[in-house]
Amino acid sequence: MSQELLERIVSRIENIQGEGAVLEASLNFSKPMITLDTSNWTPQIAQLLHDDPELKFNFLSCLTGMDYEEHMEVIYNFHSIPHNYYLYVKVKTAREKPTVHSVQPIWKTADWLERETYDLLGIEFPGHYNLKRILLPDDWEGHPLRKDYVTDKKALGLD
Amino acid sequence: MSIRTEQMTLNMGPQHPSTHGVFRLVLTIEGETIKHAEPVIGYLHRGSEKLAEGLLYTQFIPYTDRLDYLNAMTNNYIYCAGVEELLEWEIPERAEYLRVLVMELNRIASHLVWWGTFMLDLGALSPFLYAFRDRDLILDRLNEISGARMTFNYVRIGGVKWDAPDGWIERVKETVKEVRENIKEYDTLVTGNEIFQARTIGVGKISQKEAINWGLSGPIARGSGIRFDLRKEEPYSIYDRFDFDIPTFQEGDVYARYKTRIAEMHESLKIIEQACEQIPEGEIIHKKGKRIMMIKPPAGEVYKRCEASKGEIGVYIVSNGKTQPYRVKLRRPSFVNVQILQELLIDEPIANLVAIFGSLDVVLGEVDA
Amino acid sequence: MELKGFQDLEKYDPRLAEDLKRNVFFTKVEQVKAWARTRSLWPLTFGLACCAIEMMGTGAARYDFDRFGVIFRASPRHADLMIVAGTVTAKMAPVLRQLYDQMPEPKWVIAMGSCATCGGPYKDAYSVLNGVDKIVPVDVYVPGCPPTPPALLDGVELLRKKIRQEAAGEQVVKK
Repeated sequence: MSQELLERIVSRIENIQGEGAVLEASLNFSKPMITLDTSNWTPQIAQLLHDDPELKFNFLSCLTGMDYEEHMEVIYNFHSIPHNYYLYVKVKTAREKPTVHSVQPIWKTADWLERETYDLLGIEFPGHYNLKRILLPDDWEGHPLRKDYVTDKKALGLD
Repeated sequence: MSIRTEQMTLNMGPQHPSTHGVFRLVLTIEGETIKHAEPVIGYLHRGSEKLAEGLLYTQFIPYTDRLDYLNAMTNNYIYCAGVEELLEWEIPERAEYLRVLVMELNRIASHLVWWGTFMLDLGALSPFLYAFRDRDLILDRLNEISGARMTFNYVRIGGVKWDAPDGWIERVKETVKEVRENIKEYDTLVTGNEIFQARTIGVGKISQKEAINWGLSGPIARGSGIRFDLRKEEPYSIYDRFDFDIPTFQEGDVYARYKTRIAEMHESLKIIEQACEQIPEGEIIHKKGKRIMMIKPPAGEVYKRCEASKGEIGVYIVSNGKTQPYRVKLRRPSFVNVQILQELLIDEPIANLVAIFGSLDVVLGEVDA
Repeated sequence: MELKGFQDLEKYDPRLAEDLKRNVFFTKVEQVKAWARTRSLWPLTFGLACCAIEMMGTGAARYDFDRFGVIFRASPRHADLMIVAGTVTAKMAPVLRQLYDQMPEPKWVIAMGSCATCGGPYKDAYSVLNGVDKIVPVDVYVPGCPPTPPALLDGVELLRKKIRQEAAGEQVVKK
């Protein structure tokens, strides 16, 4: 069933964004997982996942930012409550000026999750209405979850 | 004659008796009505996710205790379950039963703290004293098995740390009986109270559609008519072996969320009783689980979630085949659930704020990670 | 023991002298004040993290903080004791200091748990202050993560001892 779902999702996305828009498609612990480039992660695609009667991914479970040193990724975990489907969407972006289109207007859950990712990893989410630091103070320098962030507590006056 | 009114900014927190920790709300009010609410968080941000990257897999377990410190067993469990999924280990049967026992005991303790403090916020002091009395009974049992009252560090990758001491199961059965009687008493004490109902019925309504869109889970979602509990929908551990209900209420107001949690405590007691009857003898940890340097999940990533007392708790673990995780992302239910305040408080009188905020059952350790 | 102030007692009626000995005592005003203060330490309801729950637990039915005259107050202006129960972060530190400044003198601070004492498990975290004693003076440190309610009770008992000793002019902390 998962394989079928994966193929369906890939074909829906490639219908809109063109052949080869899905960089990778596989099953991860028997759940569908697709990888997209940030240019193909458009509001239209997100809307499709949310609205398509055969998909209806109406619940955004988790949103993770990743720093892979060469590139960055934002990973969305969707759940479709009506169909009981799962989906991992990985969106790749460059490490210089990482940008991923916001899904906050579609899933309100993403509001703080995106702000948190911006705060800790420095990934920009154009389309978010209020993208600013959330956990750290507004005047904080750097993004701590990046792999090259060095914690110097003496310099921060914390030790 | 017309009276000139103007909007006023009111700051609430981060030190405020009803915010249960260091939560801050910046409110714009017009008379008694809230026109705009901006939650400000991060006063307890401790950087757990960054610390995880420098620790062995097992060493991170104590940090999960300190996320939602009222429900630490489930946090322990979900992190370990995530790593186990990557390792593809079989968990001994007895360990699974012990996990379920401690998680459900902890869920009741967590709901009791919520009940006590929520009533305290609404102006009733005695429920707080009653709730903590019963919570201490449960904590005694958890203390006996894990050696700690709150931050247990009990569930380990591959099983659990300690076997149940002699007579523990019997004592749990007695505790269940006592707690059940007491919860019934609390129900008669509070639930029908007219003043309580006046402050909660019809207040802070969340529709089903909104609840899903905001990613709400746990008792909040179930109080809004979404019959969704990961213990049933996606049975992890051995939850498919127990007979229990998912209490769901349609109204979506503060009162519905209250009733959901009270009913859930009874369901947890049912699960504990069944687990006490069914628990087998045997090993309590996978044979490789005791050697923490050996825990090296193969490269890969997984998102694992389960039902905590606050809602869906999840963990996204990325392994690169080393002894330390490459990245651990924690999906904390309180963090996601509390977002809705920005919308929920609009056009509510200030007097309702505390009732609404209390009904969300937020733990700041979890909001800020 | 010969009490000060009773030297000329033989001048009086022996029965009166006996009565005086039983019912009058002499001490310093400072010590009377300290005695009164130790009997009504009012801490600020100031929970930061996990320790706050144990602090609440100490105030609840089983351990009953009220027995010691310890009653939680919601406003810093009513309080003379601050129990720093939890991790202090960079974002929280200025707020904590402000609350401390708002408390009237005399005031005391208990650092509850290892986070407030030295950063504890979060010693290496980028956003955590390693010990609240960097921003406010601490009188008593209570170890534990989190300390159990009996440990906190003991911490309060130590503080009371300290207040009494200081009033008597004894040195409490060895330099």
